[in-house]
Amino acid sequence: MTRSWRYLLPLTAVPVLALLAYGFRVNPRDIPSPLLGRPAAAFVLTAYDGTSMDLAALRGKVVVLNFWASWCYPACYEEAPVLERGWRAYRDRGVVVLGVDIQDKDEAGRKFIGDFGLTFANGPDPAGKVSVDYGVYGVPETFFIDRGGSIRVKHVSAVTDQVFRETVERLLAEPVPAR
Amino acid sequence: MIPEVGTGALLVALILAVYGAAAAAVGGRRGRPALVESAQHAALGVFALLTAAVLLLVYAFLRFDFSVRYVATNTNLGTPFYYRITALWGALEGSIVLWAWMLSIYTLLVIVRHRTSARQLYPWVLTVMLSVVAFFLVVMTVPAPVFARLTPVPADGRGLNPLLEDSGMITHPVALYLGFTGFTVPFAFAVAALVTGRVGDFWITTTRRWTIVAWYFLSLGLLIGGWWSYHVLGWGGYWAWDPVENAAFMPWLTGTALLHSVMIQERRRMLRLWNIALVMLTFSLTLFGTFLTRSGVIASVHAFTQGSIGVFFLTFLSLVVLVALALIAWRWDALGAQGELDSVVSRESAFLLNNVLLVAATFTVFFGTVFPLLSEAVRGVKVSVGAPFFNQVNVPLFLSLIFLMGVGPLIAWRRASLENLRRNFLGPVVIGVAAAALFRLLGVGSILAVTTLALTVFVVATIGVDLVRATRARRRLGERALPALGHLLLRHNRRYGGFVIHLAILVVAVGVTGSQAWSVHTETTLKRGEATELAGYRIRFDGLRESQESNHGKVTGTFTVVGGHGAGAVLEPAKKFYPQEQSPIAYVDYRLGLVDDLYLVLGDFASDGSHATVKFQVNRMVSWIWIGGLVLTLGTVLAVLPERRKAA
Repeated sequence: MTRSWRYLLPLTAVPVLALLAYGFRVNPRDIPSPLLGRPAAAFVLTAYDGTSMDLAALRGKVVVLNFWASWCYPACYEEAPVLERGWRAYRDRGVVVLGVDIQDKDEAGRKFIGDFGLTFANGPDPAGKVSVDYGVYGVPETFFIDRGGSIRVKHVSAVTDQVFRETVERLLAEPVPAR
Repeated sequence: MIPEVGTGALLVALILAVYGAAAAAVGGRRGRPALVESAQHAALGVFALLTAAVLLLVYAFLRFDFSVRYVATNTNLGTPFYYRITALWGALEGSIVLWAWMLSIYTLLVIVRHRTSARQLYPWVLTVMLSVVAFFLVVMTVPAPVFARLTPVPADGRGLNPLLEDSGMITHPVALYLGFTGFTVPFAFAVAALVTGRVGDFWITTTRRWTIVAWYFLSLGLLIGGWWSYHVLGWGGYWAWDPVENAAFMPWLTGTALLHSVMIQERRRMLRLWNIALVMLTFSLTLFGTFLTRSGVIASVHAFTQGSIGVFFLTFLSLVVLVALALIAWRWDALGAQGELDSVVSRESAFLLNNVLLVAATFTVFFGTVFPLLSEAVRGVKVSVGAPFFNQVNVPLFLSLIFLMGVGPLIAWRRASLENLRRNFLGPVVIGVAAAALFRLLGVGSILAVTTLALTVFVVATIGVDLVRATRARRRLGERALPALGHLLLRHNRRYGGFVIHLAILVVAVGVTGSQAWSVHTETTLKRGEATELAGYRIRFDGLRESQESNHGKVTGTFTVVGGHGAGAVLEPAKKFYPQEQSPIAYVDYRLGLVDDLYLVLGDFASDGSHATVKFQVNRMVSWIWIGGLVLTLGTVLAVLPERRKAA
């Protein structure tokens, strides 16, 4: 190798490093959910405050269905205020937020709701049936259900204000399906 | 309180590490010993502060201080005492702390050992070691703050990943990280050699023991990882070519190559450039492994949670690789070989071939590991590369390496004469071929198994030839056989330590071969009182029982061996139900044996205990792999003992 050419040696590593950098742009766990576009499975749960959470009764509204647990740090802790803000901002425009607390202790779940002052309906899924129906792999996962009752978006990890707003706005902009 | 004190300690440690790295560099360049000494004190301070941080974290775990997010994420009130300590490195942030702490220990050892013995290189070695520590401290401060606070403070924590509640959890990461971090020492010496222009052989003879120690711990970490996988995961295997296993395996391959090529440099003044490159590559691969496990770039069972940390690691990795290559380019002329290869049939060329094969194996493993990424980048298609690819390309390479293991230690340096070849290899080759015929006659069907076993016999025979000849020479001097052998091992401990390590690898190879070729398994549903048979073992299902442990519920099945070998033994595989996990965790029960392992995994069951499905495996010769680990330990101890030859 001549004197000057050898200084190009470091360049040989660049393609490999670039490939690794490309890795940040992809998510290997991002497996598309087969539920997208399908009707959301109906369920009836009893919320922590004793009211009934019946998905079928919410047809005609945009439903944000969030699966969480009090032991899920930090993601569930990050998104709890986001969901509460979203619920307050959109409740008058036909949007409902439902929280399903999975694999949790009642007491810990109640403390979580109290700590964050959550006002949307939240209930436990004691038999784990709802989370199985929705193929929940981990918490948090959030399903956006359109007014026709179909699952349109599945969001894994904490929901951000932007995701909440954009998804809900998009679903609200769609024509109301004939019943 | 704890979060603030911990964060403070780490910040001060970071400042000290950066100062120390700079002071050592300036001190080395300007020849000012006072600065180097000051850097030494800084290193001491870094060690003390990191130790304090580790202790503080342990304290937080023991007290269930859930105001520390890391504690809340990795324990809950039910976590047993023992795992509250190992939870320290149960997840991303803590593992970085452990890593940095070990690195600071290595730095301390380097100071103790080389303060006076390597005067010119020493300041730069210190600079590099402290810079690497500083990087990890930056990671601990910015993207993965281990002492981050959690508000509101939860009533209970999430709990450790149940799979990590195992004794392997204490030894596997510790050994692995001791290996990973250990390679920083030879790397630091290599950089120091390039910076100072002292690229002669001094740095490489100085770091030989460090390399062996790092290599040993890495080997141990890999083996314990295999053991953990075998007895915890319940699939009856010990190696899956998972990206993260590969990430630990690659530096092992290049480290192995290095241990061999160093000998050529010591003996023949060749391969200077190659050795420097191998050290750089090995260290970069340890960083690559850390990057891979912690960036979430490639899906793996081992992956930690992700975040911005990947960017930090990739930046540091790029820096290391680019600086290393630039340094090599700068000293290119000085790295030229002084010796020359005299003949293709010589020990040099055997070692060279060994290196080429090991690096080729590294490359294929690397390629297979990053291929999913490449495929997605180029074609936009998600693919996964599985065990068949890795086995297919690596098995021939490993078989060739075993063959060379027999050739390398005995063939003559420079040029092997026909007489040398005949004297050393005729016997072992004949024995190897005879062994192949014998195995075939005994009914070993698989060509691969016959080849591996015959090659193993060949290598053992070469070691035997060498030992017998050397012992005989000493006996001629009047020593008795056993003391002669003992003296031989101790006087030439480096050579015979190497032989023992070779034997260890062979024992592992036999274990791998046997388990791949002869293990059998079945899955069957049994009614209570019903029995099933596999490979001469007969087991009966005796029922289920339920119990509540401190942090999980458990359903245990009782199976009794009623006939064949090991009659009377009772095995109790179970399923554990952790509240924080979606699916139950299998608890395997097994009886290990030299030839057969009985291995039971409980599958589905009726809640009234009337029937249960069981995965019933008879795994062959797996224990040899673990025995290989013990032999490896012996060999390493022998190899790193101070050489007695000169004293004698």
